[in-house]
Amino acid sequence: MTLIFVSFVLPFFVILLSSLRINVFGFFTLELGELGIFNFPIIWHLTTFFASQFKFFFAIVVVSMIGNEYSNKTIKQNLIDGLSKKEFILSKFYTIIFFSLISTVLIFVISFCIGFYYSSYNEFSIIIQETEFLLAYFIKLIGFFSLCLFFGMLVKRSAFALAFLFILYILEWIFFGLMVWKLDMNTAEKIQNFFPLKSMYKLIDQPFQRIAMTKFPEKANLSYDYGAHGYEMLIVLAWTALFIFLSYRLLKKRDL
Amino acid sequence: MAHKRYKLESILTINNLTKKFGNLTAVKDLSFSIKKGNVYGILGPNGSGKSTTLGVVLNVVNKTSGDFQWFDGKMSTHEALKKVGAIIERPNFYPYMSGYQNLKLVCKIKGVDYSKIEEKLKIVGLLERKHSKFRTFSLGMKQRLAIASALLNDPEILILDEPTNGLDPQGIHQIREIIKQIAAKGTTILLASHLLDEVEKVCTHVVVLRKGKKLYSGRVDEMISSHGFFELKCNKQEALVELLKKHTSFSKIKVENDLIVAFLNEPMRSDDFNKYLFEKGIILTQLVQRKESLEEQFLQLTDNQANQI
Repeated sequence: MTLIFVSFVLPFFVILLSSLRINVFGFFTLELGELGIFNFPIIWHLTTFFASQFKFFFAIVVVSMIGNEYSNKTIKQNLIDGLSKKEFILSKFYTIIFFSLISTVLIFVISFCIGFYYSSYNEFSIIIQETEFLLAYFIKLIGFFSLCLFFGMLVKRSAFALAFLFILYILEWIFFGLMVWKLDMNTAEKIQNFFPLKSMYKLIDQPFQRIAMTKFPEKANLSYDYGAHGYEMLIVLAWTALFIFLSYRLLKKRDL
Repeated sequence: MAHKRYKLESILTINNLTKKFGNLTAVKDLSFSIKKGNVYGILGPNGSGKSTTLGVVLNVVNKTSGDFQWFDGKMSTHEALKKVGAIIERPNFYPYMSGYQNLKLVCKIKGVDYSKIEEKLKIVGLLERKHSKFRTFSLGMKQRLAIASALLNDPEILILDEPTNGLDPQGIHQIREIIKQIAAKGTTILLASHLLDEVEKVCTHVVVLRKGKKLYSGRVDEMISSHGFFELKCNKQEALVELLKKHTSFSKIKVENDLIVAFLNEPMRSDDFNKYLFEKGIILTQLVQRKESLEEQFLQLTDNQANQI
């Protein structure tokens, strides 16, 4: 329970803190708001990006949720009580959606408040620009937690499942390295964008370069594609469907 | 309730069920059926396939071959399980939730009204502790909560797997009393156990398993077609042994110190037997007619089969 609390509160606390005026030992005052990064619509990009760095806490919640089902054998009891295996997986999936939704709504509320306070533009049409980052954030969380759910179901123990996440991360980079070596950089990057973890990361690109772009608009080599695109969401949704389906297959085949 | 016992409605039918774990065959070609209103025991030593069989019909273990049907196959397994109450080995609940919350969850799964919770907690005597967290319960209380949970839906059949395992004598007594109460109400019960007196005390029918194979299934009292035996003591021991050996009703005579055990091969009443001996001039100082206990029958049955294999 505390973990759930931490995973909700921590990212928002950090974002809130960063929006405050920070006096660094009286030497100078650091106020991030002054940099214009809390302007609409860029704030949507920035907050969703930072908040998603904290998704690892949530991963622990999801993975231990499954781990506890196995270690307390409640999964067995629930099935004996008449829950079907499909209903079991779906109930966990709904929990994931619920977590992701709450997280997205909170991010929306906080970004909106900070943005409203700092932003130089408060027109409605500007505020609603780039809110697709919120959708991307939501899909990103669902995809990532589905992956956690699958690993949880696969290894039954939370610690090992987290280790698997880390291994997958390394594996993706090894494959990427191999492709760069065998093919060329461009193709390798294109294929890499289909990998599960990379495709989730790619949904919300890092915003630093974009902030730099707004500061130095004349430097054309800085420009990059930072948008949250529909096809990127589709890739993540496809992974989500696959992970949920695999979790179900796994449970169906397994003797508890 | 007596009329219920004669309605031979089938609750569970198992046909040629086989379950393999790799090379190990845990259950081999097992068939039996469970009719409404009877109390069944599945008897067998540890590792004989009792829990595996129950696991298969309870949707947590996948069968290798064969099939089983709940309620004449009128519904899917998980739907059928909503009408079943089952406790497997150890009580499994969410430790951080209270007894009441855990039962609420079971109600949700089985589609039962929450009002049942108080009623069932009262039966198992946990009403005062209903808001305590599950992890603070003693093993006996956990097991009683499990029984309350299994009873929530007023099940058509109650399945219990080693319900008294690991409990202290007081706990064992409490659980048995609860089971007897439930059986008295006419609920069908399937009880798996390696404790013979437990099965003997509650069950009307028994399925005996050994190494995953069925040795016997049928009524407890017909498990071995035996007519029992006499335990005899008298002053003229040699004369009595002579007489018994000539008598056609006895198959085997055993002499243990001053006690003579005579096994019957046809029914005989003790008063007729006493009268017969008296006429022959033998006066008994002790006459006891007994049937083999389930334990003796069970050992005889498993031994016989072991010799055949």
